[in-house]
Amino acid sequence: MIKVENLHRHFGGFRAVDGSSLEIREGSITGLVGPNGAGKTTLFNVIAGVLPPTSGRVTMAGIDITGMPPHALFHKGLLRTFQIAHEFGSMSVRENLMMVPGGQTGEVLWNTWFGRKRIADEERVLQAKADEVLEFLTIDHLRDEKAGNLSGGQKKLLELGRTMMVDARIVFLDEVGAGVNRTLLNTIGDAIIRLNRERGYTFCMIEHDMEFIGRLCDPVIVMAEGKVLAQGTIEEIKANEQVIEAYLGTGLKNKGAA
Amino acid sequence: MCANRFWGDRDDEILNAIVVLSNYVLIPAVAYGSQLALGALGVTLIYGILRFSNFAHGDTMAFGAMATILVTWLFQSWGISLGPLPTALLAIPFGIMATAALLLTTDRLVYRFYRQKKAPPVILVIVSMGVMFVMNGLVRFIIGPNDQRFADGERFIISAREFKKMTGLSEGLAFKTTQGITIVTAIIVVMTLFWFLNRTRTGKSMRAFSDNEDLALLSGINPDRVVMVTWIIVAALAATAGALYGLDKSFKPFTYLQLLLPIFAAAVVGGLGNPVGAIAGGFVIAFSEILITYPLKRVLKYLLPENLEPSTLVQLLSTDYKFAVSFTILIIVLLFRPTGLFKGKSV
Ligand SMILES: Nc1ncnc2c1ncn2[C@@H]1O[C@H](COP(=O)(O)OP(=O)(O)OP(=O)(O)O)[C@@H](O)[C@H]1O
Ligand SMILES: [Mg+2]
Repeated sequence: MIKVENLHRHFGGFRAVDGSSLEIREGSITGLVGPNGAGKTTLFNVIAGVLPPTSGRVTMAGIDITGMPPHALFHKGLLRTFQIAHEFGSMSVRENLMMVPGGQTGEVLWNTWFGRKRIADEERVLQAKADEVLEFLTIDHLRDEKAGNLSGGQKKLLELGRTMMVDARIVFLDEVGAGVNRTLLNTIGDAIIRLNRERGYTFCMIEHDMEFIGRLCDPVIVMAEGKVLAQGTIEEIKANEQVIEAYLGTGLKNKGAA
Repeated sequence: MCANRFWGDRDDEILNAIVVLSNYVLIPAVAYGSQLALGALGVTLIYGILRFSNFAHGDTMAFGAMATILVTWLFQSWGISLGPLPTALLAIPFGIMATAALLLTTDRLVYRFYRQKKAPPVILVIVSMGVMFVMNGLVRFIIGPNDQRFADGERFIISAREFKKMTGLSEGLAFKTTQGITIVTAIIVVMTLFWFLNRTRTGKSMRAFSDNEDLALLSGINPDRVVMVTWIIVAALAATAGALYGLDKSFKPFTYLQLLLPIFAAAVVGGLGNPVGAIAGGFVIAFSEILITYPLKRVLKYLLPENLEPSTLVQLLSTDYKFAVSFTILIIVLLFRPTGLFKGKSV
């Protein structure tokens, strides 16, 4: 589905992404792990069109999407969430969700006055959809709250909710589970699995919680210092000497031996 | 003038004081405040959505006013009139269209290039200064640097003489048609703008862009469309503000350059990027400017007993220095509350 070929992204002389190549299979939930500063978020930003790559290529279903602007990628079904949750702070939670499928009839100035019926119909569909998503994520009581006032964990849920507003093809999740309590984490995990099975979403998710990764992801890709270090099932990754050294640390090794 | 002034007549004294205050401070300040508010709204929208301080805004207003004047003259030559109302009201929509065309062309030729390069705001500010000089030259080239009159219709809703006759007070109160029109138009424009920003999808996509550009892009909102709509709305605000100011005072290209300071002061005082703030800021600046430069003796002489009557004019600042007022308020706000009275983006 997504193929990244020899991708580089440098900041000045610093190589945040340093020649990464990887593939995300259609229908998979691929995990992306690695130490802090490994370049995972930067990789996401390049794929999602937020940052232009220094060099290299990204393709989606065989089509070159390198450097395509984010809103164009959105309409191709490529969505992402942010590690530090983003929201439209001046709008309610429901309005935040309803903003998501950009490119509605109502966004053309002319239609504001001359396409009112069509806009009203679209808004009704969006609103129903938003309410459904809010219920699914068990935050329907926050519907009319200003999104700027939500807690960190609630904002993470809103991030995930946004990806459910449309029929995405591939969703990049940047630490949706971080800062979220156990119960909520399970809810998120269930939501991801359901979206994957029922709606055919492909996921690529960055996560530090190995248990969470183990429950959801196959395969898992490990990044360190801008390069892909290893790829495989969670068991293979946990057993990989290089990975243990670079990321998982000796603690796990000892535990494994015990 | 003070023939009917004796000690028992306190009520008349107070009424006269109120009338003087309304005539010279309240009404002019509300009208001027409305003009500044419309100007500041344009500045604040550009700041919030396109993320730079647009120094060309004063000259955009001048261009809008000029286009309105040219169409007004055309209408007048055709004999079209609105009766007691100024013909310019009919011409404003055309002024808006011309201004929108100018701004969209400028964006296409100038700003878009820098936007695509993701130029930092400072660069865009400098670029907008260049645009300011070009627009200023354009306006003076087309209509000349001199004063132009284009107001017609009734001059007054209430004239000072009528008012005196009606009330029997010694002080008169004049309410100019242009002041009335300024206030009413500003109210309509502001209400439409807020309805637009809060209730329509186009307006919400603009707010989304202002709240969080990255997220708006990743939600599939087309930035080019948001930018275009923003310029059109800014054109409407600028042309309306410019034409109203020209109607109320008189049109002279240079005065619009000078308006830039109070307009920016209004936008910053209210909190850049915050539309409610821009309106509040407009009135704060207008009232301060007029109150501080008005000789208050004319009010006080009615309120204070004769022996306490001030010997000076009680004018805190000569009108020549009225821009110092905006400037001082601007500095104070920037020092103590950089995000403005209402929460805007920090400058
Ligand atoms: N805009 C930028 N300018 C300069 N350096 C940057 C920029 N963005 C990221 N970096 C650097 O690139 C490196 C990789 O950052 P990145 O955010 O991709 O790491 P990450 O793998 O997502 O880490 P974490 O697990 O902590 O989220 C870091 O050293 C960071 O300082
Ligand atoms: Mg990261």
